[in-house]
Amino acid sequence: MVEWWDLTYRFFSFSDAAVRLVVAGTMLLGAAAGGLGTFVYLQKRSLVGDALAHAALPGVGLAFLILGEKQFLPLVVGAAVTAWLGGLAVDAVTRYTRLKLDAALGMVLSVFFGFGILILTHIQKGGYADQSGLAHFIFGKAAAMSPGDVTAIGVITLLLAVTLMVGFRHFKLVVFDPGFAASLGLPIRIWQFALTTLVVMAVTIGLQAVGVVLIAALLITPAAAARQWTDRLAPMIGLATAFGSLSGLLGAYISFLAPALPTGPWVVVVVSSIFAVSLLLAPNRGIVWRLLEFWGHRRKVSRDHILKALYRHGMDRGNWTDYYPRRAIAELWSFRPGELRSALGQLVANGSLERSGDMFRLTSAGIASGERITRLHRLWEVYLSRYLDLPSDHLHRDAEAMEHVISPELEAQLTDLLEHPTHDPHAQPIPYERAKGEAKDQAS
Amino acid sequence: MNLSPDTWIMLVAIIAAVSCGLVGTWLVLRQNAMLGDAISHSVLPGLVLAFLISQSRDVLPMVIGAGVMGLGTAWLTEMLGRTGRLYRDAALGIVFTLLFAIGVILVSIYTGQIDLDQDCVLYGEIAYAPWDRIAVGSTDLGPRSFWILSGALLVVVLFSALFYHQLMVTSFDPALARAVGVNERFWHYALMTVVSLVIVAAFESVGAILVVAMLILPSATGKLISHRMRPLVVTAIVVAIVTAIGGVELADRVDGSIAGAMTVVGGVIFVLVAITSRLIQRHRQRHEYEAATTTQLQAPGDSAIRG
Repeated sequence: MVEWWDLTYRFFSFSDAAVRLVVAGTMLLGAAAGGLGTFVYLQKRSLVGDALAHAALPGVGLAFLILGEKQFLPLVVGAAVTAWLGGLAVDAVTRYTRLKLDAALGMVLSVFFGFGILILTHIQKGGYADQSGLAHFIFGKAAAMSPGDVTAIGVITLLLAVTLMVGFRHFKLVVFDPGFAASLGLPIRIWQFALTTLVVMAVTIGLQAVGVVLIAALLITPAAAARQWTDRLAPMIGLATAFGSLSGLLGAYISFLAPALPTGPWVVVVVSSIFAVSLLLAPNRGIVWRLLEFWGHRRKVSRDHILKALYRHGMDRGNWTDYYPRRAIAELWSFRPGELRSALGQLVANGSLERSGDMFRLTSAGIASGERITRLHRLWEVYLSRYLDLPSDHLHRDAEAMEHVISPELEAQLTDLLEHPTHDPHAQPIPYERAKGEAKDQAS
Repeated sequence: MNLSPDTWIMLVAIIAAVSCGLVGTWLVLRQNAMLGDAISHSVLPGLVLAFLISQSRDVLPMVIGAGVMGLGTAWLTEMLGRTGRLYRDAALGIVFTLLFAIGVILVSIYTGQIDLDQDCVLYGEIAYAPWDRIAVGSTDLGPRSFWILSGALLVVVLFSALFYHQLMVTSFDPALARAVGVNERFWHYALMTVVSLVIVAAFESVGAILVVAMLILPSATGKLISHRMRPLVVTAIVVAIVTAIGGVELADRVDGSIAGAMTVVGGVIFVLVAITSRLIQRHRQRHEYEAATTTQLQAPGDSAIRG
């Protein structure tokens, strides 16, 4: 435990030069890939990044064969060249054959990668002196980054950021509405091509830190996570960048705690966790959020049913002075026991019901609410029969759903549109008394 | 059986290529090629866990582990897609990168206990196949991977032949499939199970990523030649066999990985067929165009004008 704390302190104080290097490299990479991935994600070309990354491998091998030594920059240039050729090959296959994108991606990915493996195994068996680190490009080894490598990553990241900012409006247009962009005279293929080139750059700088197999995750996952939190492009890019660099940081931290563990896979695990949290908890789109909303609505429906049932019952008897035992209320509607208990509790709490022992009756506010729900139900039935010409036996179910969601504004519009109908299609009166009373109260 | 190691290598390569190529035909037809890629990555944690739990390299635990992960990948992708919160291709990418990352982490944690290193995961090694043999009593039956892959091939052939109609109708016309009572999702998952099985069988020999080439290339090449099922399958088988033979030869020449060489040969064959079929197509179109213009210019009873 103490050791763990020590390591954590050593890591986050960034006093160790090696730590600083790794953290800078993985964070820059995460930021670059995350931000750029937003565009790729929105174009539904997420897996293209995967294919390009794999296609970078033969470039590494070829550059090494030509130079005979291991230098970051030439290897990266070689990787970029073959990755970029891979991108062209994907386009060529989808354009000139009847094969679809999925087959094109799969082929380019595996053929280029296989070619890379062939070259690397050839190098391994060929007895080259300086070849030992080449395999790191497959799974990545963040710890093997030199200051020069990190500088190169930084420069390329900066270049990416500047290009994205300068071309932001054009990229946005090409991604969201290529047809409109074309009609404006924008050379779509050139901008598309620029985007592919940027992805190639992001992929190649990621080779050394996370490797060709997993770099795709850094392009896809931060963008997919960011999408859950916002509907706007600029904030989405910002979030994806933040998620990417956070994963880089935490991935580096975990592999610092246990040096035997590789950095790249941990970065992927962290970024996937961020995605899972976003998918569940993001406001509005998150699954938990949606469930809460759904349950909230269901509770409102139960409350409405009690109010409506008690209101109608009182209407039939001419007054609402009697208390109803819980069991009698349960019989008015098919409530589940827990549902009834919590709905009654909520109604007492918001002042719609009065309680006496285990007996309940409507307060005047409760009567008004019950009347409003009945009114909405019947108004909606009038609307359906008049405007959609639905027969009267088809109205009830739809109105049953709508009565809970019609807002006061919509109610006013509906009443005006239907010219204050007095009876619903089943010849039942539509009650307005308390609504008028309320309006008077508000006016005075 | 007493065959030379080179012959065994060739046989194993051919059977691996043909079984992948056959099952891959369905993947390509259903435009699920990248799901094959995803499964080939995500079986890794399944294999590692199978190793750890069974403490052996027996076939059954490995097949179960890989099958569970393969189905899990297909299912998770489907569920993520169903939430409607992200695109399906992104869902696939997220699922398989995560599972593969977990696999790599497991490999590096238990590296001493598992006879499975990262290189083997990625590109396997057919060259070792002839020396890992199985025997019944004192009779030598030949390499283990030969029998595993033969079993996989048998499963693929039986699956494709017995359920040909179900697979066809769910691949080409899901609406019709529903109308005639064929459960689309069941056959999707059944196919993914068989894909996982083939992948795990080929894993040791060709590795995670090169298995993808063998899944996609033969039938993609077949699709260039014909869109009818029979010629497509025949082409796929021929391409798979040629790829395997050419790959073994090439690997021998350049002294490199056999699986890598097979992929390169498969890629070259695809490119050659693509160019040839394109040329033939263009030639035929020009021919038809000329024929059409000639007849149009010929007015009835007028033989003077010829295009």
